[in-house]
Amino acid sequence: MTTTISNLIPPIMIAQAAFALMIVFTLGGAFLAVIPKNIVHNILGLCLAMFGITGVYLYLGSQFVAMMQLLIYVGAICMTFIFAILLSPPLEKEPPKRNKTKVITAAIVSGVVFLVMVNMVMSLKFEPLTDITRDWSIKTLGQLLMTRYFLVFEVISLLLAIAIIGSIMIASFVRKRN
Amino acid sequence: MNMTQLPIIKDVYGFLGPDLMACVTGLLLILMFVPLNSAFLVWVERKVAGHIQLRPGPMEVGPHGILQSLIDAVKLMCKEMITPDLADKYLFWIAPCTVVIPAIVCFVVIPFSPIMQVRELNVGILLIFAFSSISGLSILMGGWASNNKYSLIGAVRAVAQSIAYEIPLLLSTMSVIIMSNSLKMSEIVAAQSPVWNFVWQPVAAIIFIICTTAETNRAPFDLVEAESELVSGFHTEYTGMRDALFFMAEYTAMFIGSSMAVVLFFGGWYGPFFSGIFWFVLKAYLLVFVTVWIRWTFPRLRFDQLMNFAWKVLIPISLLNLLVTAIVIKVL
Repeated sequence: MTTTISNLIPPIMIAQAAFALMIVFTLGGAFLAVIPKNIVHNILGLCLAMFGITGVYLYLGSQFVAMMQLLIYVGAICMTFIFAILLSPPLEKEPPKRNKTKVITAAIVSGVVFLVMVNMVMSLKFEPLTDITRDWSIKTLGQLLMTRYFLVFEVISLLLAIAIIGSIMIASFVRKRN
Repeated sequence: MNMTQLPIIKDVYGFLGPDLMACVTGLLLILMFVPLNSAFLVWVERKVAGHIQLRPGPMEVGPHGILQSLIDAVKLMCKEMITPDLADKYLFWIAPCTVVIPAIVCFVVIPFSPIMQVRELNVGILLIFAFSSISGLSILMGGWASNNKYSLIGAVRAVAQSIAYEIPLLLSTMSVIIMSNSLKMSEIVAAQSPVWNFVWQPVAAIIFIICTTAETNRAPFDLVEAESELVSGFHTEYTGMRDALFFMAEYTAMFIGSSMAVVLFFGGWYGPFFSGIFWFVLKAYLLVFVTVWIRWTFPRLRFDQLMNFAWKVLIPISLLNLLVTAIVIKVL
């Protein structure tokens, strides 16, 4: 056995460094999403945060969820946000002043949600998985969606159907008014 | 078994250990291949364009002008990088940097031959789709940060187009995935050893090629940089190496799209007599040639035609194709 670089720097350290980097991405992106006044910067900060979360999923060993996170949140949702914003009034105009009551209410709400979630995470007892070699192929996932999580699946599709109908309604009303 | 078993690589990079060795050699190969491939494709494009228009194309530098793009690259690197006064400085700088990320990351999972694959992932296909979506984001960033009407219109068109064409792209890929029952690139290729998927899925293959042409903003779907309307679209304000990075991303995306088509429909590395990598690269470049050929043959679409074609023609056909595939697989 020859000396390799992994004898000098333990792999777990590199993994932890990668995890820390992803946390920095997530938190930095989250702050960028809230603090700057330029709304395009906000959305790009949100993208960065989503990208960091992708890294966290990869660190936790769930490649499928990580790729879905990137594909859906960065590739689709942030993209449609930006698309909607580009069609809004130009930024050269005087931006509206920050409404203090709004900022305070938002801070209180998000603080309460944060505390509740921290409490929930802390109260959960994490146990090491005994059975890690389960079959997570697409077939299994599909069967689980169609049996055990059928209600959730149906409710989500109902939500999507409502969103589609809503957007069609909005589009047709705007057209009639013009 | 992968390429780290080769003795030369083992001698030079042995101190890194097997995993890191595969990672480092693979990344070095990718970083070498991406610029060289774009330089070659720029030359191919100019040559094909020339011959289609009955003129020779570049002829001066090297035999048949083969070194022309290297000279162009040197010229681009020497040029001043201009940032417009009213541009958003940070985003204007970040956009060309992020546009090359998918170009590099996607190569990690492409199986050039059974041993030439940097990293096998269970979700290889998804990785390529996920990272390709970042390039749309950087196009938007660049177009918006330039603070120029032409750039912004080009960027908005790019996004509308890529959202519309991503749906039939994914649907046609889905019909292959449910046939081979795997998201691993190498398993999808291995499932095609007797018969290529193109034979079973001709409709999906044609839809896939149309959609990759649209996703990479190539003619006849190049409204994003329609010269006669928008100067050159989202990269109007970019100069020097930054502009070259956008071009590099476009040509690399073309190659990645073609290799995806080879993996999904044209049997990957399978072929008689020669080794796998020869067949894979040959097939990929043939598909790239077809894309270039299409660009210099067909006129540009109008924007409403483009959107109607995606939503009213491609999506219903690919949905129907997926449905029929699923039913046939269930019945057989």
